[in-house]
Amino acid sequence: MSAAPIHVAGERLMLDPAGALLWPEHGLMAVSDLHLEKGTAFARQGMLLPPWDTRATLDRLALLLRRYRPRIVVALGDSFHDRGGAARLPAAEVARITAMTGATRFVWVLGNHDPQPAGQLGGDWVDEFSLGALIFRHQGNATVVRTDSPGEICGHHHPKAAIAVRGGTQSRACFVADARRVMLPAFGAYTGGLDVTHPEISRLFPRGGRVFLLGRERLFSFALAVPKRGAAR
Amino acid sequence: MDGTLPELFSGWFAGRGWKPRPHQLAMLLAARAGESALLIAPTGGGKTLAGFLPSLVGLHEAPREGLHTLYVSPLKALATDIARNLTAPVTEMGLAVTIETRTGDTPANRRRRQREAPPNILLTTPESLAVLLSLADAPALFTGLSRVVVDEVHALAGTKRGDQLALCLSRLRGIAPSTRIAGLSATVAHPAALMAYCGAHRLIEAPDGTPPDISLMLPPGELSWAGHMGLEAAPLVLARIREAGMTIVFVNTRAQAELIFQELWKLNDETLPIALHHGSLEVEQRRKVEAAMSAGRLRAVVATSSLDLGIDWGGVDQVLQIGAPKGVSRLLQRVGRANHRMDEASRAVLVPANRFEVLECEAAIEGVAARELDGDPPRPGGLDVLAQHLLGMACGAPFMPDDAYAEIRTAQPYANLPREDFDAVLEYVATGGYALAAYEQNHRLFTDSEGRAHVRSARIAAQHRMNIGTIVEAPLLKVKLVGRRRFGPVLGEVEEYFVNQLRPGDAFIFAGRKLKFLRVHEMAVEAAEGGEDDPLVPAYAGGRLPLSTNLAARVRGLLQSPRDWPRFPEQVADWLRLQQKRSRLPGRDDLLVETFPRGGCWYLVAYCFEGRNAHQTLGMLLTKRMERAGFAPLGFVATDYVIGIWSAFQPTGIAALFDQDMLGDDLEEWMADSSMLKRSFRNVAVIAGLIHRNSPGADKNRRQVTVNSDLIYEVLRRHQPDHILLRATRDDAAHGLIDLERVAGMLARVHGRIVHMVLSRVSPLAVPILLEIGREQVTSEADQDDLLAEAEAVVAEAMSESEPAMPQPRPAGRKPAPVQRDLFNA
Repeated sequence: MSAAPIHVAGERLMLDPAGALLWPEHGLMAVSDLHLEKGTAFARQGMLLPPWDTRATLDRLALLLRRYRPRIVVALGDSFHDRGGAARLPAAEVARITAMTGATRFVWVLGNHDPQPAGQLGGDWVDEFSLGALIFRHQGNATVVRTDSPGEICGHHHPKAAIAVRGGTQSRACFVADARRVMLPAFGAYTGGLDVTHPEISRLFPRGGRVFLLGRERLFSFALAVPKRGAAR
Repeated sequence: MDGTLPELFSGWFAGRGWKPRPHQLAMLLAARAGESALLIAPTGGGKTLAGFLPSLVGLHEAPREGLHTLYVSPLKALATDIARNLTAPVTEMGLAVTIETRTGDTPANRRRRQREAPPNILLTTPESLAVLLSLADAPALFTGLSRVVVDEVHALAGTKRGDQLALCLSRLRGIAPSTRIAGLSATVAHPAALMAYCGAHRLIEAPDGTPPDISLMLPPGELSWAGHMGLEAAPLVLARIREAGMTIVFVNTRAQAELIFQELWKLNDETLPIALHHGSLEVEQRRKVEAAMSAGRLRAVVATSSLDLGIDWGGVDQVLQIGAPKGVSRLLQRVGRANHRMDEASRAVLVPANRFEVLECEAAIEGVAARELDGDPPRPGGLDVLAQHLLGMACGAPFMPDDAYAEIRTAQPYANLPREDFDAVLEYVATGGYALAAYEQNHRLFTDSEGRAHVRSARIAAQHRMNIGTIVEAPLLKVKLVGRRRFGPVLGEVEEYFVNQLRPGDAFIFAGRKLKFLRVHEMAVEAAEGGEDDPLVPAYAGGRLPLSTNLAARVRGLLQSPRDWPRFPEQVADWLRLQQKRSRLPGRDDLLVETFPRGGCWYLVAYCFEGRNAHQTLGMLLTKRMERAGFAPLGFVATDYVIGIWSAFQPTGIAALFDQDMLGDDLEEWMADSSMLKRSFRNVAVIAGLIHRNSPGADKNRRQVTVNSDLIYEVLRRHQPDHILLRATRDDAAHGLIDLERVAGMLARVHGRIVHMVLSRVSPLAVPILLEIGREQVTSEADQDDLLAEAEAVVAEAMSESEPAMPQPRPAGRKPAPVQRDLFNA
């Protein structure tokens, strides 16, 4: 696994192919849209996803924690699939999460799926989180980013991109980045995605940018076209 | 023997100027002796009447109420057609026999009446039979049953539908022990296996009809080196159509059908009525084509295997097969569609699409002359089908596991089912197995104090009945033609993964039209007429059948006997002679492997002749090995005949490369994340009832089925790798998509007989495979990563000047520097 360096708002960041963003200067690791307990949320509506998604997502998170040993972890919102998600966590998973939040500073940014803090899990629960030249929030804010405002790290849309390759198309979850903003892919096990050409995403990158598709060993980088005028309907 | 036939019947035969055929009387004798029988007869041999004669005679001699004979056929249309054909003799002889059909299309009120007052003869399909058996009143309905006629047994045995039918037959024998089975089959390679399947005491064979007249037709000019579509033959095909009354043009895939159809219409200046028929077209459209055929309003139909089986269309003068036939049995079946009469030769013309196919067509014609049929020996029944059956049994009535186990082993595909497998399947049906038991929805059976298994609720039973069946379609989206108004006709269905490749505005060919993709809306693809770019053609998973083992052996044989070459087209003979001079020809029992440098790479070409599926698997395994050996393989391509692998360095030690031990760890590792296994798993999960196609009162969309099944597959692999559904998946794949059996068979056969030719340049025989490179899709995730890397490098190379400015863009195509483990603590 090799992470790729990028520069956002003058800060040097690394993108990990597992879908995490690293900020070496502050020892910070950010992940987005864990959607824990999505399996049980769906099961309650009669759609039976297997109940192991929380475990699978936490396994992958634990791997990254061991690998990078961050001093701060930021979860960029929608950490739980719904309001009741934290309460439905099996005891074993609660123990794992509290062990994580006990060992490392955890910042839980609240998202639209999980607008209320789940304090019993430890960590700080905040609407947004600022550090140095960067601000971490769940949904990217199209109106506030100017050249002098902080760089923005966001999630929410679960970006994915389709690339034409020999013999067909490859569609993968991806990072989207320009010089002022990075949008993270969803880290959760059962998450779908929104194509990066969708106006909801492309309007956040008015001057185009790059997409970084997640691969097994590394990222694959492609240009994100400048959105067409009037394309947003 | 004539004495066996009652006067009324012999009079009826005589009245129509017919004589009962010996095999028809033999079936009657078998029935009188209380025996089950298997009748093997060619098309047009009066098979159906032979199957029903004992029932009609029986009901004439001892008229009675209630169900006497059950007729099961693989096709709904066949059941309907037979009902019509059977009514004629019954009315003409004035027999008091009631006949009705029951299929998925039968209205609910008629179904209810059929259960209250059953007809003497009920015509149905395996699926409808399974539904009937899952009802609580099944014993009352079937208790007086005396005969079951199974039509087209050869098309059912050895498939999952066949497994299901075998289990249903075991249930019927459990309810009515005196029931006798009459199997009707076309000529097959393994009659003994089919006899066992029917539990037949007696084999009755009708004499072969007149041998078919099969010839080869080649497009003018240089013979194609590669490709399977055969489009350049269109002018010749059209000329043939013009000369005959009615022609069926058979092709091998739906994509090919679309293209040939387009090509014919480009040339069809006289607007001869030429239609299209394949399995993805809307049922209504297909019925229209079939009706037009019966009425003689068509001059030709371009068709896939959707017309292989089925009712007699009559009036078909010739059959054209474009592309190699892939198997002798299949060719015979298709040829039999022309002139459905036993005493006249069927006429057929083969049109090979490339020069390898010329060899295959010649081999197939030889095979037909030698009546060398192919077909796989029987395989054990699917565990997923068993799961469906067990739940169905419980829906009918509570059962004791011991009794059920004993009954199921009377079904031939499950005769050797170990008890622990049975118990594991029952456990899965009851609770889902431990990895899935967390959800109550997976708990479908409970056990009472005496040990009987009961279904948990009426809702589960209702849901089960809605999901009976073993045919699982790939996830499909409807294609809707929209004009200025938003409403338009549905043209048919395409596979979801094809749609995922389309961008709005892309052109594609479907249902014989060139369409422009607009968008996906509510599980339907909306498309408009027209479109400017080069069209894409929808591809269909599993569309291609692999070359059969026997036919492959014949192709090898032809290559080895130069005295046969003079009857080949000159270009083909020259091609083979040149190969003989430059390299050598693949032998009957050895494996020829050529290696040569070309364009900065080394190529390895192995002439295995084991069919595409086996070659795909072998290609994956070989590239893994070559990677370990340091040859840096870059890719591979597989056809029905050959595997080609290209690598950065010269491959050596070829014999070791093909050693049988590759079927060990390498295989396990590859199978673990092969997308083909995921595809197989989806089918298994649907059949076994883990994922429901239909729910009472809900319209489940199919996209969710795909998503769910992939996730569940991952979960089971991690948490319960020996889950019964994973085992069923691996069994399926080993026979089908990855064709392990043939890979294993070949590796064993060629052990110690590998002939390696190191050449200085590409050999004549290797040209076709080199031309295939770049047409194939790759499927493993690692390969997909390679494709992305390639696309990234190509784009970067072409676009390096015009990239949007990123602060410090990463050097294109080069791997970024690895990150230290302790990035933050450094």
